[in-house]
Amino acid sequence: MTDRAIAVPTRSQPVARAHAARHGRRRVRALLKHVLLVACVLVMLYPVLWMVVSSLRPNSEIFRDAGLALTHPRLENYSNGWTAFAQPFSHYLVNSLLVVIGAILGNLLACSMAAYAFARLEFKAKRLWFGIMLVTIMLPIHVIIVPQYALFSQLGWVNTFLPLIVPKFLATDAFFIFLMVQFIRGIPREIDEAARIDGAGHARIFFNIIVPLMVPALATTAIFTFIWTWNDFYTQLIYLTDPSMYTTPLALRAFVDQQSATDWGSVFAMSVVSLVPVFLVFLFGQRFLLRGIATTGGK
Amino acid sequence: MSSISELRRLRGSQRDTRQQNKAALFFLLPWFVGLFGITLGPMLASLYLSFTKYNLLQPPQFSGLDNWTRMLHDDRLHKSLEVTFTYVLVSVPLQLALALGLALLLDKGVRGLAFYRSVFYLPSLIGGSVAIAVLWRTVFGTDGLVNKALALVGIHGQGWVSEPGTALSTLIVLNVWTFGSPMVIFLAGLRQIPASLYEAASVDGAGRWRQFRNITLPLLTPIIFFNLVLQIIHAFQTFTQAFVVSGGTGGPADSTLFYSLYLYQRGFGQFDMGYASALAWLLLLIVGVFTAVNFWASKYWVFYDD
Repeated sequence: MTDRAIAVPTRSQPVARAHAARHGRRRVRALLKHVLLVACVLVMLYPVLWMVVSSLRPNSEIFRDAGLALTHPRLENYSNGWTAFAQPFSHYLVNSLLVVIGAILGNLLACSMAAYAFARLEFKAKRLWFGIMLVTIMLPIHVIIVPQYALFSQLGWVNTFLPLIVPKFLATDAFFIFLMVQFIRGIPREIDEAARIDGAGHARIFFNIIVPLMVPALATTAIFTFIWTWNDFYTQLIYLTDPSMYTTPLALRAFVDQQSATDWGSVFAMSVVSLVPVFLVFLFGQRFLLRGIATTGGK
Repeated sequence: MSSISELRRLRGSQRDTRQQNKAALFFLLPWFVGLFGITLGPMLASLYLSFTKYNLLQPPQFSGLDNWTRMLHDDRLHKSLEVTFTYVLVSVPLQLALALGLALLLDKGVRGLAFYRSVFYLPSLIGGSVAIAVLWRTVFGTDGLVNKALALVGIHGQGWVSEPGTALSTLIVLNVWTFGSPMVIFLAGLRQIPASLYEAASVDGAGRWRQFRNITLPLLTPIIFFNLVLQIIHAFQTFTQAFVVSGGTGGPADSTLFYSLYLYQRGFGQFDMGYASALAWLLLLIVGVFTAVNFWASKYWVFYDD
């Protein structure tokens, strides 16, 4: 560093020229970078944009026109798609929403409780339990789905939302426990020590001190749970076979298999409708999403 | 005097330990019930079921190693292994390479970073949805966008989804398309590399390539490793896309018969639950071996500076 500082005044002219050249090169490079990035954006988003545009076109035009220009936008596909099922499409949206709300409440409560224990309490074989918790994050769902199905069907839970919600209240989404443990570890211990001295028990420390402080982690959990549950197909396909219990993805899938050759406009319209909630949650919650990924992924 | 106070403190800390154990039991109770009731319990149950004939209606009948020896001669299983391995081994490296490449492009203070990051991240949130799988089916169909684009350069494309030779590659493209989530993790990792290292290197006359080769890449290896483990486990379980694109069959000609899709057909299509349990355990073993090999190999290429 000092070498450079000394060298600059004695060789100022060539350095300045080199500086200008470097500056120019940097601008060219920045420009190239943006061209490349914009090209990537276009290639990536084009199919999705095309789907949105196609959902506003009459069926006869959809596969003839690969462009994005929309001359006469029409909402016909939306009204056709909305009423093409046994129930109006809103029925399936509400079903999905009910499952999502249950899953969010379950994850928030059960995972934050478990996370508090792992982050703040000393108990027997803590390291072992923590290790088991981490391993269950990676456990493929297929290994447990058969006996779990047998269990839930014995309980008479098939074709109800219970198999999709109750496990969340039992903290089976261990990923969120891990996320919250990481977050609670970042909260200074002095805060709860002080409350201990004032005679607060663990329940009070948890609900009155830790929970309010961990709102960002709770928001991340709620948003991820929303998106994952909304998009979930596998467990819903297995547990919900009665069409009146269908969630949005199941209804959409059934619709595609019926209509595929004929009414792509309506299929696209309802696909767009099914993506809108995810898009909105992403738009308003992406701050928490990105932070959540960074805290768990980037250590 | 001092021994008494020590005793009192000891008893106090004992009480504290007991209290903490009790509190821990309370806070972990839901998790314990879930762990034993609907995770570990069913896991062991499915291990047992893998040695039985079970159709969900009658009680399971012990059948020894029947299910496991059947696997040796199950051609569809072998096909599904081939499909799944191809998918994992091709799509994960491509996806991570793209994620790393774009993270590097975005890292050095690009204007509009937040915009690019969001746009690249979005597909990884919707890539597993039915809607996108439906879209994929049409984009790669005979009249789809891909063939329209190819026609511009004079190539007459085929129906990518309906040809056994190309159907799998459309799903590989779909997985690569969701590179946003590993990319965000790479970005977070890049941000943790101290700028002083690059300054020191450039004072020493190291060019961009050498800086990348000797600073960025080694310090990023833990993140690459993390992404690799996660994405491999994830890719082995891919289901929705294959199910929707192939209409639940795994076709054409079983070319998209993913392992989890075959397991679903066996278990919940034919109610051959014993065999499905054996398949599930084989999947667990495969994923476990892959992860273990990954961890073992990481000793040779992952760089930890502490």
